[in-house]
Amino acid sequence: MEAARKSAKARLEAMGLPQRRDEYWKYTRPDLLTTTDMAPAALLVTDEAPLFDAIDRLKIVFVDGVFDAQASDDLSLEGLEISQLKDAPDWAQSLYGVLEENGQSPVARPLAALNSAQAQQGIVIRANAKVSKPVSLVYVRKSDTSDAILHHVIRVEEGADLTVLENGPAAARLNTVMEVDVADTGAFHHVRAMGRDHERRAATHIFGRLGHESVFKSFTMTVNGKLTRNEVVLDINGDNAVAHVAGAAMGDGDFLHDDTVFITHDSLNCESRQVFKKVLRNGATGVFQGKILVKEGAQKTDGYQMSQSLLLDDDSQFYGKPELEIYADDVMCSHGSTTGAIDEKAMFYLQSRGVTKIEAQDLLVLAFLDAAVDEIEDAAIADDIRGRLEGWLARRRD
Amino acid sequence: MAAANEMIAKEGVEEETVDAVRTLADNYKYGWETEIEMEYAPKGVNPDIVRLISDKNEEPEWMTDWRLSAFERWEKLEEPTWAMVNYPDIDFQDIYYYARPKSMEEKPKSLDEVDPKLLATYDKLGIPLREQMILAGVEGAEAAPAEGRKVAVDAVFDSVSVGTTFQKELAEAGVIFCSISEAIREHPELVKKYLGTVVPASDNFYATLNSAVFSDGSFVYIPPGVRCPMELSTYFRINAENTGQFERTLIIADKGSYVSYLEGCTAPKRDVAQLHAAVVEIIIEEDAEVKYSTVQNWYPGDEDGNGGIYNFVTKRADCRGDNAKIMWTQVETGSAVTWKYPSCILRGDNSQGEFYSIAITNNHQQADTGTKMVHLGANSKSRIVSKGISAGQAQNTYRGLVSMHPKAQNSRNYTQCDSLLIGDKCGAHTVPYIEVKNNSSRVEHEATTSKVDDEQMFYCRQRGMGEEEAVALIVNGFAKEVLQALPMEFAMEAQALVAISLEGSVG
Repeated sequence: MEAARKSAKARLEAMGLPQRRDEYWKYTRPDLLTTTDMAPAALLVTDEAPLFDAIDRLKIVFVDGVFDAQASDDLSLEGLEISQLKDAPDWAQSLYGVLEENGQSPVARPLAALNSAQAQQGIVIRANAKVSKPVSLVYVRKSDTSDAILHHVIRVEEGADLTVLENGPAAARLNTVMEVDVADTGAFHHVRAMGRDHERRAATHIFGRLGHESVFKSFTMTVNGKLTRNEVVLDINGDNAVAHVAGAAMGDGDFLHDDTVFITHDSLNCESRQVFKKVLRNGATGVFQGKILVKEGAQKTDGYQMSQSLLLDDDSQFYGKPELEIYADDVMCSHGSTTGAIDEKAMFYLQSRGVTKIEAQDLLVLAFLDAAVDEIEDAAIADDIRGRLEGWLARRRD
Repeated sequence: MAAANEMIAKEGVEEETVDAVRTLADNYKYGWETEIEMEYAPKGVNPDIVRLISDKNEEPEWMTDWRLSAFERWEKLEEPTWAMVNYPDIDFQDIYYYARPKSMEEKPKSLDEVDPKLLATYDKLGIPLREQMILAGVEGAEAAPAEGRKVAVDAVFDSVSVGTTFQKELAEAGVIFCSISEAIREHPELVKKYLGTVVPASDNFYATLNSAVFSDGSFVYIPPGVRCPMELSTYFRINAENTGQFERTLIIADKGSYVSYLEGCTAPKRDVAQLHAAVVEIIIEEDAEVKYSTVQNWYPGDEDGNGGIYNFVTKRADCRGDNAKIMWTQVETGSAVTWKYPSCILRGDNSQGEFYSIAITNNHQQADTGTKMVHLGANSKSRIVSKGISAGQAQNTYRGLVSMHPKAQNSRNYTQCDSLLIGDKCGAHTVPYIEVKNNSSRVEHEATTSKVDDEQMFYCRQRGMGEEEAVALIVNGFAKEVLQALPMEFAMEAQALVAISLEGSVG
């Protein structure tokens, strides 16, 4: 592991920290993520019940980025091998930093290399079978100056099926890397809710490798937060694999949310889907940088990319760069992007039927976001997420 | 053309499409060379060469100074590398920046005095330099029914303009159409007022180089309220070896005027690549409209990727006044490397920008092309329709920007990019940038064929057409409409491309 950290450090030194002039940081200022002079972030006071509370799960708690054994469940569940990063077994040690390194080309991701070089906290999970309940990573924040680095290593073996949940603000500033290696016929589901604290900053990275007939599905809900940069880098190198990445984000005021996705197709007959929806108001900013790369020979690829933003007022902004790079001829790849205000005709329709203006708007916002939430397979988890989106809107009515 | 003939189309691609692409890949028809005695400036570029070019064109001092400051700036710039094109390093000191036929030393007073060899060259290319009632233009013109339409031509041969036709008749309408070198001498006040105001001398590496060393090009001024009585065109021919062509075009459409402008280009076949770095600036005042059409057919290099033109072009239109309109139409089939983004600055309220492009690459050709729609004025509208077709080992990239500024309230953009790959060794890429800074505007970007106008779809479906058939009809019909808006001879050349089906498309 020390060797992997050293090599990550060398990578980081070679590429340097992200700069505003970097093409991949064109729309998101990296300063808040890299500055050593970190402003404190106030803690959010809320009486809401914690997310996923009603779901039967294996709970693992980190407080300000540090594992909390007392608050966590026993690290044991049938079909799973689970341990802290510091106790990583050989298989995890040899995977640590590998997928992250693969994901550094052709686009450099310095904050991920920084993570691999420095991370001491995290969890390693190996799923050997269909796991009966989700592993839930709960990120509690108690300090207004915590600067956390978490690095998780996950391996889903052949025929295994694992769901990982993540929620909570984690730290005033957070940098995570999750390396997910899905073996042939394995399935990995991931649902994440970023913390609602207004001033938190986060840079997250998921590096996935998909084997034959494997499934990878990830959904992220983001409401609030000063700066969120979520990068997902997937390498599909088994035939007939399926990869879905989705996100629903709502921002009000000083909010920047950036989804940066890079999906590489390097095998036959695979499917990838990107569905990102953003609702922005009071000067919030949304960014989407999505890419599908279809390598030579990756025939019969079905790649889809959709990025849509609702600007609820004139101060909010959206920046998009939906890219395709295709070197195979027998493929279906498409992308769409729309940006604009809420549909006035739909508003009028609802209002003319007695729905108040604010209710009509909320209804349309929820309907708009639902195409992303729909990507969550588990109905109970999806409902939990929907409830949070509704709650967020309801709180803004007063 | 072994590579082209061996082209294997995937299932679902219509035979006609493959044929069309194959025909285009066939031997380059304009690859011959005119043997003519040339006069060159010494190889390379430095302030002395810049002065020499300025001197040859008998330019006033302010123009020389403008060039020199551009050169100074260029020396500090770096060649851009962000485009998805690869080519060997260009040695900018190993190029002739000025080449003119010796017979052009004394400016011919009329076309009768022009070297017959030059006239024969244009004749062979199908470009009439005699003022006659036939269709000027590209191949097939003789076969076209003569409708008695006139097209005025400015013919540029390497670094100089050979002649401009119909000048008198145009002058009667108040239109100025001449070479830019002539405009600098004869209409300095207009050139001074507009040159570099759309593409500043410091704009980018190639535009800055062009600003320093441009030798000739065309100048158009349409006075207020005038509808240009005929189509204007410029035909660029590179003939000399190891020569770069740097032409500059400046078009000004004053209030309420209209002009349709065409551009064509060819070059001989050579093993060594040649550089072409042009700048086109268009100023469109209130209520004016400009249509700019290009059939770019520079030598694309041979099937192994040897030779060909490196085409690095900066084209930009500035819709300065309210209700100004610009329409770019390009059919890109030539050049080894294309780097070209005809753009629209939609400054005026209700201004409109349109960009229609068909780019075909084959063998080892590489094209990185697209547009920028910068919406600054309220109620401005833009539409982008781009079709890229890639065969052989070619790479075809659409790169574009749509930007809605805060003041561009109630603006609208619709973008559609389709790509078609023929063969499994080529690539098609899409790199769109979308920036929206107000919420009353709508921006839509699509790369699928599934979302054509719903009402038209409904109409077709209602009459029993299949979905794909309906989409093909609508999109093809749309493209045809655009191409038919081109003058006949361009439309004819482009017709081969229109036949291309959308089936099996990727975006």
